[in-house]
Amino acid sequence: MEENKRLVKVPTMAEMAANGEEPEVLFWVGCAGSFDDRYKRVTRAFVQILEHVGVKYAVLGTEESCTGEPAKRAGNEFLFQMQAITNIEVLNAYNIKKIVTACPHCFNTLKNEYPDLGGNYEVIHHSTFLQQLINEGKVAVQGGEAFKGKRITFHDSCYLGRANDIYEAPRDVLAALDADLVEMKRSRANGLCCGAGGAQMFKEPEPGRKDINIERTEEALATLGTGNGVIATACPFCMVMMSDGVKNKEQEETVKVFDIAELIAQAEGLSR
Amino acid sequence: MIQLENIIFLIVAGLGIGLFVWQIRKIRKNILIGRDVELADNPSERINKTLLVAFGQQKMFKRMLPAVLHLFVYVGFLVINIEVLEIMIDGVFGTHRVLGFLGPFYDGLMAVNEILAALVIIACVIFLWRRNVTKVPRLATGVEMRAWPKMDANVILITEIVLMFALFAFNIADLKLAALNNHDLPGSFPVSSAFVDAFGSDAGTLATIASVGWWIHIIGILAFMNYLPSSKHFHIIMAFPNVYFSKLLPKGKFTTNPAITHEIKAMLDPSYQPPAPELDVDGNPIVQRFGAKDVEDLTWKQLMDSYTCTECGRCTSVCPANITGKLLSPRKIVMDTRDRMEEKGEHPAIFAPNHYKELGVERVQITDEKTLLRGYITPEELWACTTCNACVESCPVNIDQLSTIMDLRRYLVLEESAAPASLNAMFTNIENNGAPWAFPPSDRFNWAEDLYVPSKN
Repeated sequence: MEENKRLVKVPTMAEMAANGEEPEVLFWVGCAGSFDDRYKRVTRAFVQILEHVGVKYAVLGTEESCTGEPAKRAGNEFLFQMQAITNIEVLNAYNIKKIVTACPHCFNTLKNEYPDLGGNYEVIHHSTFLQQLINEGKVAVQGGEAFKGKRITFHDSCYLGRANDIYEAPRDVLAALDADLVEMKRSRANGLCCGAGGAQMFKEPEPGRKDINIERTEEALATLGTGNGVIATACPFCMVMMSDGVKNKEQEETVKVFDIAELIAQAEGLSR
Repeated sequence: MIQLENIIFLIVAGLGIGLFVWQIRKIRKNILIGRDVELADNPSERINKTLLVAFGQQKMFKRMLPAVLHLFVYVGFLVINIEVLEIMIDGVFGTHRVLGFLGPFYDGLMAVNEILAALVIIACVIFLWRRNVTKVPRLATGVEMRAWPKMDANVILITEIVLMFALFAFNIADLKLAALNNHDLPGSFPVSSAFVDAFGSDAGTLATIASVGWWIHIIGILAFMNYLPSSKHFHIIMAFPNVYFSKLLPKGKFTTNPAITHEIKAMLDPSYQPPAPELDVDGNPIVQRFGAKDVEDLTWKQLMDSYTCTECGRCTSVCPANITGKLLSPRKIVMDTRDRMEEKGEHPAIFAPNHYKELGVERVQITDEKTLLRGYITPEELWACTTCNACVESCPVNIDQLSTIMDLRRYLVLEESAAPASLNAMFTNIENNGAPWAFPPSDRFNWAEDLYVPSKN
């Protein structure tokens, strides 16, 4: 099999600019996608898809920095704007027009909050990007793992769903897997948060009866029923919270948490 | 013919309307305590939204049973007001069913009125049942649902039932009197005609009942109108402007403070000239707090939100923090804002603020500070919010609970540096490493190592 695969050299903006080239789209990796061991696998899966379909993309590499989103949600508007203004200088210097990201928090901030500070880009979330690739037939969703009949439930990210009204794109992507898609009672606009938004990811929860991710995981497990199943997410924070929830419920042998990009990469046979 | 009765009516109506206007001026003054914010853009989209969400009750229909019952009361309120108009005209000019000349239209109107009035009674009885017998959790529980809000809801429902019965008493007696005198009463009365003999056939008694029913209905309405500004029922007026002025932007877009932008730009570039600060009436620069500590730091829209709140608890019942037992309740944030605003500014006829301490609500660790933050709303509540927008999505009258929570949080962080220690650590990480975790920035691109894809050939 060794000869059937090739090493990917992920292109950076610095290299592209040096060669006088411009990418079709900048892949904004985000902090979780860069540093979190679990979410790095999502980043890699998404890059495999980009490489597979031959999109001309680039990343900022070490020039990328936090969008400032967690600082803003935590009330630190000053730190947020420091980050945003610095990032915008970098993005504008590279003449970036279009950005795709696998993180709904980065997505929301880049798309909605950067324009006020001088950063105007077409920003799309990787769920929409994947939906387009599938619709255009660039990703056939075959050749890899078969998902037919597998039970999958999609957990809505607040910053994708309610914050930006994107409910169908991730579901369309999952529908391409031909799996048995089941909806939780609280879904789409009525979806229940995983508990990590608003900078909760970085602090202990306030005193209460239970943790929010446990409440949500219980709902997901009840929806999937017994046997093997997948909780699909489209956000690094939801990924952490749902994975922790599944572990807490000691279901990690039967229920897996995957990002939609990972599922597509698996189905396309890219992550063997 | 104008008689003493009409003059009394004129005085009563004048007093009622005058008192109402006086109360509305107070409310307006209170709302204007808030900071100015420009919200008049895109009128066509705003009108659309108002038609759908306020007039069309769109968001109520997320929960079917209360939506249908509420629709009865809402449509009943709109249509029965046409009869109230007639009552007013009759009252002033001593006429009797002055709109009767409308003929078949009047017949239809009265018939619809009667059916709606019956439905209003049924709906109100079910609402009372839900609040007091089955005790639907979102209506019956929560630290903010203390004695006054609970009584307020019951007062409204019982008043509405009494008003509808007064209307029926008037119609029944009027109908029977017309039959006794052998003349046709304009209008068609499907409910009253079924009970036409309920009050016997003594002309004197009937005339008294018709008159008492008429007076109770009209005085009831005037009294009810003046009760509104003190009540959650004020939403029947405020829902319309509040939806009109609601946020048109994506829910995920939080406000940007331009004062901070100028500061940062000046820091990064010493030649940057920030615009001159706005001056107040005395020519002194207006110094604005970062974030909100008290009601004057919120915008007029956020204060208007609090006057629009119906205390229905939909927001709290979908709040992930509240569901899992945290102290945060978006409804409490909105109700506290109103109570604090009325404590600080003017207050309507009936004033009943939240004083959690005096009520013995130990869970809410408020202080004696006379401010919205800490005097009513505690940091513990604010830090429990996941900013998930479920409360905003659920509100039938487009209240933005989250914007108030965020502004209070901003004050804690920007003015007091009072964030939880773990969040301060996150801030430091972003400052030093450009990531919320303590990883060196040089490792940011390590994920790309040893990455393979299948080759196509």
